[in-house]
Amino acid sequence: MTDTRPPVALRTEALEQILTERGLVDPAVMDKFIATYETSVGPLNGAKVVAKAWTDPEYRARLLADGTAAIKELGFSGPQGEHIVVVENTASTHNVVVCTLCSCYPWPVLGLPPSWYKDPAYRARVVREPRTVLREMGLELDESVEIVVRDSSSEVRWLVLPERPAGTEDLSEEDLTGLVTRDAMVGVAKVGA
Amino acid sequence: MPAIADLGGTDGWGPVHPPDPAEKVFDEAWEGRAFALAVLGMGRISGQNLDAFRYALGRLDPHAYFEEGYYGRWLNAVELMFVESGIIAPDAVDARARNLSGEQVEEPPAPELSKPDYAATGPGSLRQVDGSPRFAVGDRVRAGEVPPAPTKLPEYVSGHVGVVEHVQPAHLLPDTHAVFRGENPQHVYTVRFDSRDLYGAAAEPFALTIELFDSYLEPA
Repeated sequence: MTDTRPPVALRTEALEQILTERGLVDPAVMDKFIATYETSVGPLNGAKVVAKAWTDPEYRARLLADGTAAIKELGFSGPQGEHIVVVENTASTHNVVVCTLCSCYPWPVLGLPPSWYKDPAYRARVVREPRTVLREMGLELDESVEIVVRDSSSEVRWLVLPERPAGTEDLSEEDLTGLVTRDAMVGVAKVGA
Repeated sequence: MPAIADLGGTDGWGPVHPPDPAEKVFDEAWEGRAFALAVLGMGRISGQNLDAFRYALGRLDPHAYFEEGYYGRWLNAVELMFVESGIIAPDAVDARARNLSGEQVEEPPAPELSKPDYAATGPGSLRQVDGSPRFAVGDRVRAGEVPPAPTKLPEYVSGHVGVVEHVQPAHLLPDTHAVFRGENPQHVYTVRFDSRDLYGAAAEPFALTIELFDSYLEPA
């Protein structure tokens, strides 16, 4: 009978009203919370982490040894970032991240997950036929590349350190930041020069 | 029967959706409201219990889980938590929504509060546990039978043998924490499987890792 319920947008408004009347949520606090995830917590944070790792070998070593601490050095922490593990994509190994049971995702560095990550097709298939799935998403990997799928089933969150593209040796950290994409930090794309 | 949320390795979903660079964080305003209601609202029940929220998601019917969008799913799950805690009546949201759309229906009174008497021992999900981990990096382990819900052991690795790749910080156990029956922290391992061990010789060759709690595992 659930499909005969009032439309979901109206039910959202209804629940917000009821909880507000009961003093359990504050619409102004909700506004701020929503704005935070719309504007300040997003993949630009992760891009800064990646660009620093590409240009600072000591930072890169710290990032791979203790992702949570190294990410916090740049000021990024918070919900869904309790324990972040960073894995490196190379010419021979390609990591790709999923959460088959829900939509676990490292919010402090990537923000909220995009729709393709939350889609049942991605959750179901990337742990069964990742090479095919990556091809459908536009990433063709050489047969010699080993794929490692990371299913985020606990509070451990995975961040991919993408391979630095060739021909970027002269770019500044800031310029490199602009190249790094969310999709490369989940592992469904590479960073292009 | 696998839980509705246990999608790993299942068939019949069609193609994946390629990334859309123009995608907004929230397509529609209500999605942001539902997100905030879920995250901020669940904390008003008995602590910020994400495992209880995930368990609520996993108990939705297929329509509520799949057909109302991602944030519709979140709204439905947090509503279920509020109903089960006796904070709102089962029909309260629908009645208010009908009134918002111009109908005039009677709204049910608030029921008797039945919030779980529960408080986490600390923030977050990581905990110290006494005793060293049962398994070390390189050990071969077998994932056991999927326990009754709630659990974080997915069907597709159940019964299969993998190798411990990392020993992660200990976590509280979702199986009991999700139902407000205790934290029971355990060691957690990143276990690496070969795709051919999971799906047979014809599978695409790849490696897969997943975090598994100590009680899900046995030596292999």
